Amino acid sequence: MQLENLIQQFQQKDKAAFATLYHMYADNICGVINVILKDPERSQELCHDVFIKIWEKSDQYDTSKGRFFTWILNIARNTAIDELRSKSHKNQKKNLSVESLVGIYENSEDLNGKIDTIGLQSLLKGLKDKCILLIDLLYFKGFTQKEVAKELKTPIGTIKTRLRSCISEIRKNMA
Amino acid sequence: MSMEVDKYIASGILELYVAGALTPEQNLEVQHYALQYPEIQKEIEAIELAILKLAASVSPKMAEDGFEQIRAELDDVIQFTPSESKRKAPWGNYLGWAASVVLAIGLFWLYTENRALKSEIEITSQEKLKLEETLVSTRDAIVRKEALLEQLRDQQVTVIALGGQAVSPSSFAKAYWNKEENKVIIDAQGLPEPPAGFTYQVWSLKLDPLTPTSIGLLDDFSIESDRLFVLENANDSEAFGITLEPEGGSASPTLEQLYTLGAVGR
Repeated sequence: MQLENLIQQFQQKDKAAFATLYHMYADNICGVINVILKDPERSQELCHDVFIKIWEKSDQYDTSKGRFFTWILNIARNTAIDELRSKSHKNQKKNLSVESLVGIYENSEDLNGKIDTIGLQSLLKGLKDKCILLIDLLYFKGFTQKEVAKELKTPIGTIKTRLRSCISEIRKNMA
Repeated sequence: MSMEVDKYIASGILELYVAGALTPEQNLEVQHYALQYPEIQKEIEAIELAILKLAASVSPKMAEDGFEQIRAELDDVIQFTPSESKRKAPWGNYLGWAASVVLAIGLFWLYTENRALKSEIEITSQEKLKLEETLVSTRDAIVRKEALLEQLRDQQVTVIALGGQAVSPSSFAKAYWNKEENKVIIDAQGLPEPPAGFTYQVWSLKLDPLTPTSIGLLDDFSIESDRLFVLENANDSEAFGITLEPEGGSASPTLEQLYTLGAVGR
C-alpha cells in the first residue's frame, strides 16, 4: 500500500494502519532515541511512549511538516531531549551535542554490548568525525542550520553542501 | 515552470528537508517540486533511507510484541467505516452474447470512471497542497510582521538611516537598533537583489580607529519578501554598514563593495 494512504488511514485512527507504520519505523525511531540517551533499556521504554504520542497527535501531521518520518523523528528527538534534561537538570542543548554518535561509533562499549555496532561501523566507514558530528546534530539532535553553524564555527552557507557530501558517503557505503 | 533539477538536488536542500531543518514554507516548496519531478522524489527517499539505516544500526531492537503493548494503551476511538455501496447489475435474463456485450461495456465504463476519479483525486490533492501552502505562508507572514511591528514601535529603538555609497548610490537601508535588547532590525527594501553566490553582510563599526565587526548576513534575500532582518548586536556601535560579500560571508568587509553606510546619532 502507498505510504500516503497509510498515513491517511492512520490519521483517521485506523489501528491496523498504525501497526504497519509502527513496524516500518519502530527500530529507527528507537535508534534515534538511543543515540540521544545512550541507554538501550530506557530508550525502549521511551520509544513505546513516543509511539503513543504519535497516535495521540495524529491529527497534527500535515505536509507542511515534511516527510512523515521527519515528523515522528522530531517527536522522538524532543521526547528524548526532554528526558535527558529532566535527568540532569541543567543540561543545555549544547552540552548534549558533542560526541554522542561519534562516541558510539568510536567506542561501542558504553552501550553494554547491547547493540551490534557492525552495521554502524560499515555505514560510517571513511567518514570524518566532522561529518558524523554534522549528521548527528542535524538528524539526531534537531539543531537548526544556525545552531549548527555556531556549534561547529562554520559559515552557515557551507552547511547544506557539506551535509550533502557527508550523506552521499553513507549512501556509497550502503551500495 | 522549469528548474534545474540537478542543481536543486546538489544544493543539499533535500538533506535538510529530511532532517526537518526547513521552514514550513520551504517544506511545501520541496514537496511541490517532488510532485513535479520524480528525480527529486527519488532522491528524498534515498536520503531518508540512509538516515533510516543509520538510526536502525544503533537501535536496541523493540520487543516482538512491541505493538501489542502499545495497542493496549490506545484510546478506543469509534471507527468510521464507510458502508459499502451496493450496486446491482440490472442484467438478468439476457441471452449469453448480450450479457457479455453489456459486461464488456460495463467494464469499460468502470475503467474510464476509475481513471477519471484517479486524476480527479490527483488534481484535488495538488489543489489541497497549494491551499495549505498559502495558508501556512500567510499565517507565518502575519505572525512575523506583528512581531516585527512590535519591535519597531519599542521606544528604546534608535533609527539609523544608511545612505547609498559609491558602488550603488541609489541604495539605501534602515537600521532599527534596540540597545536594551542588543537587537538590530535591518530594513533592506532599498538594496538591489544580490547576484548569485553573493550575500549582504551587516557590520557594526567603531569609527576611530575604524573597526568593523560582523553582526550577520542578510540570507534568503529573495524569499524574504519583506526584506526585514533581525540581527543580534551587543556592540557599542558608532555606525552601521552593509557590504556585498561571497556567500557565507567574509571575515572583514570588502570596502569596494560597501553599499550603504550610516552613523548612529548621538
